[in-house]
Amino acid sequence: MEDGRKPIIQLIDVVKFFKQQKVLDKVSLTVREGTTMVIVGGSGQGKSVLLKHMLGLLKPDEGKVLVFGMDMAGISKKELKEVRQEYGVLFQNVALFDSMTVFDNVALPLRERTRLSEAEIRTQVEEKLAMMDLEGNDEKFPAQLSGGMKKRVGLARALILNPRIVFFDEPTTGLDVTRSNEIYRLFYKTQAQLKYTAVIVSHDVPKIFKLADYVALVAGGKIQECLTPEDFQLSENPAIKSFVKETMGPIYSSEEEEMGFYEADQR
Amino acid sequence: MGIFLFHCFLGIIKPPYKIGPVIRQINFIGARSLFVILFTGAFTGMVLALQGYYALRKVGSEGFLGSAVGLSLIRELGPVLTALMVVGRAGSAICAEIGIMRNSEQIDALECMAIDPHKYLMAPKFLAGIISLPLLTFVFDVIGIFGGYLVGVGLFGVNEGAYFQGMYSSVDWRDIHMGIVKSLVFGLLIIWIAAAKGYFLHYERSGGFGAEGVSRTTTNAVVLSSVTILVWNYLITAILL
Repeated sequence: MEDGRKPIIQLIDVVKFFKQQKVLDKVSLTVREGTTMVIVGGSGQGKSVLLKHMLGLLKPDEGKVLVFGMDMAGISKKELKEVRQEYGVLFQNVALFDSMTVFDNVALPLRERTRLSEAEIRTQVEEKLAMMDLEGNDEKFPAQLSGGMKKRVGLARALILNPRIVFFDEPTTGLDVTRSNEIYRLFYKTQAQLKYTAVIVSHDVPKIFKLADYVALVAGGKIQECLTPEDFQLSENPAIKSFVKETMGPIYSSEEEEMGFYEADQR
Repeated sequence: MGIFLFHCFLGIIKPPYKIGPVIRQINFIGARSLFVILFTGAFTGMVLALQGYYALRKVGSEGFLGSAVGLSLIRELGPVLTALMVVGRAGSAICAEIGIMRNSEQIDALECMAIDPHKYLMAPKFLAGIISLPLLTFVFDVIGIFGGYLVGVGLFGVNEGAYFQGMYSSVDWRDIHMGIVKSLVFGLLIIWIAAAKGYFLHYERSGGFGAEGVSRTTTNAVVLSSVTILVWNYLITAILL
C-alpha cells in the first residue's frame, strides 16, 4: 500500500489469543492520516477484536499497536487518555448511556473534558444534533429512539469534540437500506467537513467500497490484503476472490443461469 | 479489586471536583434508604427492649434496660443492620447498574471518550457511601432507642429516668467511636464490592453475559457484601474492644 500520507495507526505482527484460540495471527495494517480504511470479513474473523486493539481496549499478546507513533501496550494511563482524546467511536450497539437524554449523551464529552459553560455546550450540542437531523429529539431517552436515530445520536456524540480519528464498528448493521444510506450520507458529509481519519468495520459490501480509500480483508485471523476498492475487487488472492464473489453475488448473464444458481442452492 | 479501589480513590482526590453527582448518589444511597432504616431501627429497638425486659426481670435488673438497648444498638446492631439494609437496597442496584453498563459497552464508551470511569462513575458512589452510612446508622440508633423506650417505658412501665440514666452512664465515647468506625468501614466495603463486581462482570468465572449474568453477579455481590460485613464487624470489635 504505497501512499504519501503519514501513518497514524500501525499494527505490527499483532497476535491475540482468547484462551487457546488464536483470534489474530501476526496481523499488520497501516491506517494513514485523512484516509478511510474499511475492514471487511466474515463474522467471527476478528474484525471487532482488531478495532478494540486500536482503541486500546485490548492489548496484543505479541506485536505492537502504534497510534501517533506511541505503543498502546506500553504507554501510561495518562498517555492513553491523551491518545483517546483524539478518538471518536461509534460502537456496533451504539453504547448510548440509557439513563441519560439524547442531549446529555452528546453533551457528556464536553462536560467532562472541557471547561465550556452550559450555554456554550448547548450551542455545540444543538449544532451537532441539527447536523444529524435530530432537532427536537434532545429530551428523548435512547429507549425512545429508532435504530437509525440511535446511530445518528452515537455519531453526534463521537464527533462532538472534532476528533482526528473516528472508528465505526458496523455502523449500518440492523438498519434498512434507507437508514443505511442516511448514515453513509452523514459520514460523507461530516468527514468532508471535519477531515477526520476513519476506520470502518463493516459487512455492507459493496456499498461501503464507495466510501473507502482502502479495503482490508480479515480472514482466518490474518489481514489477507489491504488494497484500494478497485484493486480489491480485481484481486487474485483466493480469499479475497471468494469474499468478493460471496458478498457481491454471482454475476449472471441470463435468466437460466440465475435459475441454475438457485436450484443448485436448493440441492 | 485492590487496584480498582486505588483508582477509585485517585478519582476522588484528582480535580476537577463535582458536587452534583455526589449529592445525587447521597440521595440514592442515603435519603432513599431512610424509610427502610426508620422501620427496621424502630422494630429492632422494640424487640431488644422486649427480650431485654424479660431477661433482666429474672435477675431483678429492669433498670438496666436502657443501658442494654443503647449499647447493643450503638456498638453492634445499628451499624450492622444499617449496612445490611443498604446492601439490599443500594448495593444490589449499584452492582446491577454498573454490570449493565459493562455488558452494553457503556464503560468501554466512557474509556474511549477519555473519561475515566473510576472518577466519573465510581468516585461519587464511594463518597456517598462513606458519608451516608454513618448518618443512616445514627438515625437507626436514635429510632431504635426510641422504639426501646416505647416498649420498655410505655408497655412494661420501666422508669423513664432509669431507662435514660442507665444509657447515659453505660454508653461512653468509645462505644460511639466503635459505631462510627464500623459504619465508615461498612460504607466503603458495600460500595467497593458492589461496584467492583459490576465493573469486572466480564471476568466472572461463571460468565457475566446477558441479563442472567447480571442477576447472578448481583446476587453474588449481595451475599459477599453481607458476609464481609459480618466478618469485619467481628474484626473491628475485637480490635477496638
